[in-house]
Amino acid sequence: MIERMPDRGGPQQPLLIARGLTKHFPLSKSLMRRREVVQAVDNIDFSVMKGETLGIVGESGCGKSTASRLIMQLIEPTSGEVIFDGESIGRSGLSLKKYRRQVQMVFQDSYSSLNPRLTIEESISYAPMVHGVPKSKAISRTHELLEAVGLAPSQYARRYPHELSGGQRQRINIARALALHPRLIVLDEPVSALDKSVEAQVLNLLIDLKKQFDLTYIFISHDLNVVEHVADRVLVMYLGKIAEIGPVDSLFSDPAHPYTQALLDSRPSMDPSRRRTEPPLFGDPPNPINPPSGCRFRTRCRKAWGLCAEQPPPFHQIKPNHSASCHAVALEAERVSE
Amino acid sequence: MNMASPATAASPTPLVRARDLCVSFATPRATVNAVNGVNLDLAQGESLCILGESGSGKSVTLRALMRLNPPKRTVVTGELNVANQDVMQMTQAQLSQYRGPVVSMIFQEPLSALDPVFTIGHQIAEAIVRHEGISRKAARARALSLLELVQIPSAARRLGAYPHELSGGLRQRAMIAMALSCNPRLLLADEPTTALDATVQIQILLLLRKLQRELGMGVIFVTHDIGVASEVADRVAVMYGGRVVEEAPVEILIRSPRHPYTSGLLGATVHAGTRGTRLTTIPGAPPDLAELPAGCAFAPRCTRAEPGCHKAVPPLLEVTAGHHVRCPVVCPARIQAPINV
Ligand SMILES: Nc1ncnc2c1ncn2[C@@H]1O[C@H](COP(=O)(O)OP(=O)(O)OP(=O)(O)O)[C@@H](O)[C@H]1O
Ligand SMILES: Nc1ncnc2c1ncn2[C@@H]1O[C@H](COP(=O)(O)OP(=O)(O)O)[C@@H](O)[C@H]1O
Ligand code: SF4
Ligand code: SF4
Ligand SMILES: [Mg+2]
Ligand SMILES: [Mg+2]
Repeated sequence: MIERMPDRGGPQQPLLIARGLTKHFPLSKSLMRRREVVQAVDNIDFSVMKGETLGIVGESGCGKSTASRLIMQLIEPTSGEVIFDGESIGRSGLSLKKYRRQVQMVFQDSYSSLNPRLTIEESISYAPMVHGVPKSKAISRTHELLEAVGLAPSQYARRYPHELSGGQRQRINIARALALHPRLIVLDEPVSALDKSVEAQVLNLLIDLKKQFDLTYIFISHDLNVVEHVADRVLVMYLGKIAEIGPVDSLFSDPAHPYTQALLDSRPSMDPSRRRTEPPLFGDPPNPINPPSGCRFRTRCRKAWGLCAEQPPPFHQIKPNHSASCHAVALEAERVSE
Repeated sequence: MNMASPATAASPTPLVRARDLCVSFATPRATVNAVNGVNLDLAQGESLCILGESGSGKSVTLRALMRLNPPKRTVVTGELNVANQDVMQMTQAQLSQYRGPVVSMIFQEPLSALDPVFTIGHQIAEAIVRHEGISRKAARARALSLLELVQIPSAARRLGAYPHELSGGLRQRAMIAMALSCNPRLLLADEPTTALDATVQIQILLLLRKLQRELGMGVIFVTHDIGVASEVADRVAVMYGGRVVEEAPVEILIRSPRHPYTSGLLGATVHAGTRGTRLTTIPGAPPDLAELPAGCAFAPRCTRAEPGCHKAVPPLLEVTAGHHVRCPVVCPARIQAPINV
């Protein structure tokens, strides 16, 4: 039987560290000119502590899914590395096979991530059997997992994906991610395709399973309310870069980066007597092929000045564990300390 | 532009009046009863949101208002009047004068409404020429003012852009310009901001609100997101199983929902302040529209259900002025007179 891999570095050692992680996709059509690239993820650093939920938010195209595929080692980074519980992955360190047992992923599209020709039972027991678990053991584990995600095995084990609702399929994807006793689960927009009442069921389930199986989550979403609900710490991305990172309370109550502020202000008021009259931001995010020089947010930022076009802003720590990458934030802090 | 006065007082004849609207589809397997007796009233210049989850009949209702459901397989019954015209009796020729100048529609995916092979300016000008028979040059000038109206930056340059050359937000604005090209009195919007990012969604919602006010249009806005309704709606109608189960002014619906489904839906919606709490959920799944229960469609999932709920479809009753609820258990007949709670 497959068991969970043991902890190595203790609670103080981050479960995962991303160091200088970068992915530039070459654009095939620009043969004539100098090779253009999409800077999908550009030199990002962060860590995920054991037992926490790190939320990643940002608008579409900001690089969330690319970051998750880099973490999963599904694509080769242009540069940078991922360190898991103190070991780097590949060549000298942790083998990809061992890493993949400990890190699993759940996608937004519940349908295309399941093989339509396999029953639910076959889908969930497949990976354990590949890892050498005898069939009968794998099946009984599958039934336990179906129970854990709230689907009666007697009713659902023999069904095919098309015989399930979107919410039920997402439960199957979650059960399958749990099959190898992972330590970390990367959830890429896991509830974005679901109706509100089903979203609530799946969020409750994810919170329960985290406790029950002692998991760590990276939870990616474009929905700020959902991230606020589930995350312990939040990382805000804009055009392939980290804009701000901090504990959920601090970041939501006291956002420092102008982009984070605008993102939070863009949420509907839920109070018709206090409707907004001006949108917090104009325009759409620019193209990551030729991102703006200096600070990538400067084309939409109300506070931008000359320096913002010249130099990329450094990370500035505002409070313990809470930093933002913005010249204005750094300047403000300098002024206060003087 | 049509500069009808904004909705101060509801005009005596409503812009939209639907009574007992039913839509069913004949499919090889069964008859799908998608809309089962919807009544709608919309005043000139008013904004109504239809709120509901997937499959509740929102889009089918909207398409019925424009007679867009596939004619061969669809059975539509009931009364439908828009701008004093009987929509149910319209011929194809009348429909083509109805779609555009009286009512037009915007969608979640603008590429489905825009033609990929023509520029934005060409498409808008063509629509104007077709309906109003004005010169191409005049139509082109109107197209430009429409792009300015929807706040597309460098509008003159964008007239020559193809849909795929625009960003998501600009494309949505171009589709809105297209929908407004014949000065409709009623704009139907089917989740036009669902696929957009938060910072773009709020821009489009504010734009739609502004256009509605300035042009005095009636708007029916379909959404599954109560947050969207909180920004744009005057009134909200909640749909479940092809029926309106609750309808109220937006503040009342958000603050004091009465129908068990509405309360369940709002309770399940994640928002600032739910952190650390367990979300309430609605057990079970929505009804199969091919086999609707005989009574209240929500009864199999309702914690308040009583034996009577399973027997007959409950009526939509007015509980306070303008607040209608289809549930005799939470709103018994005794307290139906206007009350001040
Ligand atoms: N042309 C059609 N033929 C058969 N059934 C249809 C047709 N159009 C819609 N339906 C069915 O009618 C029901 C209501 O559909 P509708 O599109 O109105 O849902 P909705 O409330 O807009 O949902 P969503 O939030 O998913 O857009 C669904 O069960 C749908 O499958
Ligand atoms: N395989 C690829 N080839 C080229 N560009 C890509 C590829 N995958 C993603 N991109 C681009 O990288 C950027 C980030 O994409 P993605 O990580 O999917 O964003 P998100 O998940 O935040 O919406 C986008 O501009 C996207 O078009
Ligand atoms: S660095 Fe400049 S442009 Fe960027 S967010 Fe800060 S103030 Fe705005
Ligand atoms: S009528 Fe009965 S079943 Fe329907 S919502 Fe009311 S209490 Fe529930
Ligand atoms: Mg993505
Ligand atoms: Mg729809």
